[in-house]
Amino acid sequence: MGRPTIELDSKLVQYARSLAKKITDDVQKIIDEHSTVSTERATLRLLGVDGVVGEEQVPLVNVVLDKLKEWNMLDQGAFKPVVSAAIVLDKDVQQVCEAIADGLDLRTLPQPKRNIYEAFSQKLVEEAVARIKRKSEERDALLRELGDPPKPYKYLIVATGNIYEDVVQARAAVFQGADIIAVIRSTAQSLLDYVPYGATTEGYGGTYATQENFRIMRQALDDAARKVGRYIRQVNYASGLCMPEIAVMAAFEGLDILLNDAMYGILFRDINMLRTFTDQYISRLVCAYANITINTGEDNYLTTADAIEKAHTVTASQLINEQFAIKAGLKPQLMGLGHAFEINPDIEDSLLYEIAHAMLSRELFPDCPVKYMPPTRYMTGNIFKGYAMNTLFNLVSSMTGQSIQLLGILTEAIHTPYMHDRYLALVNANYVFSATRHLGDEILFRPGGFIEKRANEVLKKAVELLEHISDVGLFSAIEQGIFADIRRSREAGKGLEGVFKKGEAYENPIRDALERELGVKG
Amino acid sequence: MNQQKLVKPYGDQLNDGAVQLSFTLPIEFGPLAREAAKKFCEKLGFYEVTIATMEDLHEGYTFFVVYGKTDVAVDVSSIKVIAPKIQRLPREKIDELVLQKFKRPIVVVGATIGTDAHTVGLDSILNMKGFHGDYGLERYKAFRVYNLGAQVPPIELVRKVREVGADVVLVSQVVTQRNIHIQHLTELMELLYAENLRDDLLVIAGGPRITHELALELGYDAGFGSGTTPSEVANFIVQELLKRRGL
Ligand code: B12
Repeated sequence: MGRPTIELDSKLVQYARSLAKKITDDVQKIIDEHSTVSTERATLRLLGVDGVVGEEQVPLVNVVLDKLKEWNMLDQGAFKPVVSAAIVLDKDVQQVCEAIADGLDLRTLPQPKRNIYEAFSQKLVEEAVARIKRKSEERDALLRELGDPPKPYKYLIVATGNIYEDVVQARAAVFQGADIIAVIRSTAQSLLDYVPYGATTEGYGGTYATQENFRIMRQALDDAARKVGRYIRQVNYASGLCMPEIAVMAAFEGLDILLNDAMYGILFRDINMLRTFTDQYISRLVCAYANITINTGEDNYLTTADAIEKAHTVTASQLINEQFAIKAGLKPQLMGLGHAFEINPDIEDSLLYEIAHAMLSRELFPDCPVKYMPPTRYMTGNIFKGYAMNTLFNLVSSMTGQSIQLLGILTEAIHTPYMHDRYLALVNANYVFSATRHLGDEILFRPGGFIEKRANEVLKKAVELLEHISDVGLFSAIEQGIFADIRRSREAGKGLEGVFKKGEAYENPIRDALERELGVKG
Repeated sequence: MNQQKLVKPYGDQLNDGAVQLSFTLPIEFGPLAREAAKKFCEKLGFYEVTIATMEDLHEGYTFFVVYGKTDVAVDVSSIKVIAPKIQRLPREKIDELVLQKFKRPIVVVGATIGTDAHTVGLDSILNMKGFHGDYGLERYKAFRVYNLGAQVPPIELVRKVREVGADVVLVSQVVTQRNIHIQHLTELMELLYAENLRDDLLVIAGGPRITHELALELGYDAGFGSGTTPSEVANFIVQELLKRRGL
């Protein structure tokens, strides 16, 4: 299916990218000097460490990290002390971690010989990387076997709080026409500095992201996919304090898409910026290697800031997210940058603005599967009006050739979707997408007309904003409230205590291997 | 005693009792599902039940849109509406009143408490800009506003109340799944009592699913729901405080 085009000022586009690159180069320098507890826990998970300890069900990786911290060993990272212990105790890494939980003190252990350590490390790293590769090849094979549905993919959310209920809702949605199923996370999981364990049945406004829940949903979706004869994508959230760990779990369980934004947690969950920037890097390395598409969260800005007045902040943030993604080795095909249909419906010609903004995203990121979000902010208890808004949203998506269509739900202002709310959303999208399948081939936007002018105007304002950010630095820009009209200070926010400066002896051979394989570091 | 006034739903003729419903039943799409839906509506008290559409949701679920008629009527003369009582004064008048009677601005602390991260509702009551062209409390000379934002633990809100000597607390709750808002609001109220702060404070809750009735039940002084404008809240605060402090 083709799509119409508009002319953007190509010099300006280039300049915008160079500014975004400089902004993220500056942040990356800081990222490279730091690590976080969640990054180290993710490393242990990559080494195969799993399970929980005691009645409180504290994840084993958290227990180990707490001990390393207590022993002042954290600045060398978790890999070296744990792997060294495995060598001298002749145990596997899981057993060493369990022994730590049982009272083993790593400070009492001798060091293995460097050459033995290196050979052993290399073997572990190869195994870890191979495990991810195997899973992603398995997914590719299934995609080839079942076939890819046409774009825009119809993306539906489930959020019952109970993974087994989610499965029922998700499978029904697949039979009704959904291509992508996202399980929304429980309220405030993003602020937990650990990943809950096992199958869960009690969540608020969503269901806990756990590795077991991932597995249960994956199995249910694959089974439904075989029945309908089309590949079904599974989505979860690698955001919040456990970004890197969730990316690892998703890679192990074969998820296709992860919400993963470089700034969302900072702005919308008050997570410390150094923590989030550092965490997003390692989580994106994992995504890039596991062939997981990331979805960024620019759409959310428009829930707190005005969608016309602040449209350029979305563009600026997309460009920044793109540069961070490039640094982590993500190919454009895996960058699902965010955008949303959130203009006040009372505004005359709001549809023209929406088309202009949607076209700008398409033109700027032609190879990225842009994630297009439905109206949410101006959805009200009038579900019938809301349904009409969703129809226009679907029309714009189809007309402008978007890739990932998060279907609007008529009861958005009321509750997380009921089964029939999702069904009605699919009725709408199935109708609009089929009715307009080749509309994009036929449309020409008037050169120099409103849509093209507006897109360029937003681009220009985005460039001005990027110039400013590049001058003051991204940290200060966030402190000034540039995105989403929300201010966050670099010294505040949740999870700062989990960030540490890497010591001289810091090692993370798995991260090094990912960087090498992805060709991202010198 | 008021004259009884019986009212029924209206379609196109007064007292026709016409109602439209939609729901899902966990029954496989088919004749049994249709009959079950019809029976269900009859049990609800509807007659002339028309299943306008039934659609297959798969996995053993069926969706219905139904029209029916009812004889159930309500006597509106006997209904008491529970809402905060306020007189609508313009902003200038409120500012003047507070200056005259309080001789200082009223100190307001606002927060979205607990795990709830929604700020837009509270901001539209507090921020200068306000809501739908109605200015927020910060715009008034009558108020000194501390907006703590979202995800604020009740204990932190209480600390701020003490620190700034608040007269009024404004709490927002938007997420209501599994009644988490009730949990949060109860926790705050208990804390205010435990800290001996409750009696001197005006404590107000708000959010799209908050009603005045619910707020009163939870021990709050008022509750404001969807579409609340800042001026309503401003008027309530000032009038209620004047009354309570005998000014
Ligand atoms: C914007 C938004 C977000 C933004 C919030 C950004 C921000 N900084 O506020 C983001 C994207 C971050 C977000 C996240 C989530 N959201 Co949300 N969100 C919305 C959305 C689209 C709009 C809310 C809004 O801003 N309304 C506009 C304001 C002006 O209206 P209002 O809040 O009702 O406020 C008015 C009155 O209620 C009143 N009022 C409100 N507070 C107060 C306080 C006082 C003292 C007074 C007097 C009056 C008052 O005055 C205001 C003006 O009239 C709604 C859907 C919708 N259209 O309503 C979902 C919605 C509220 N979100 C929802 C959910 C579930 C979530 C998540 C939990 C999802 C998840 N699992 O991650 C997370 C929350 C995480 C968390 N920890 O809380 C659900 C809540 C369902 C429920 N009933 O429990 C909704 C209804 C969407 C849905 N259908 O699922 N969300």
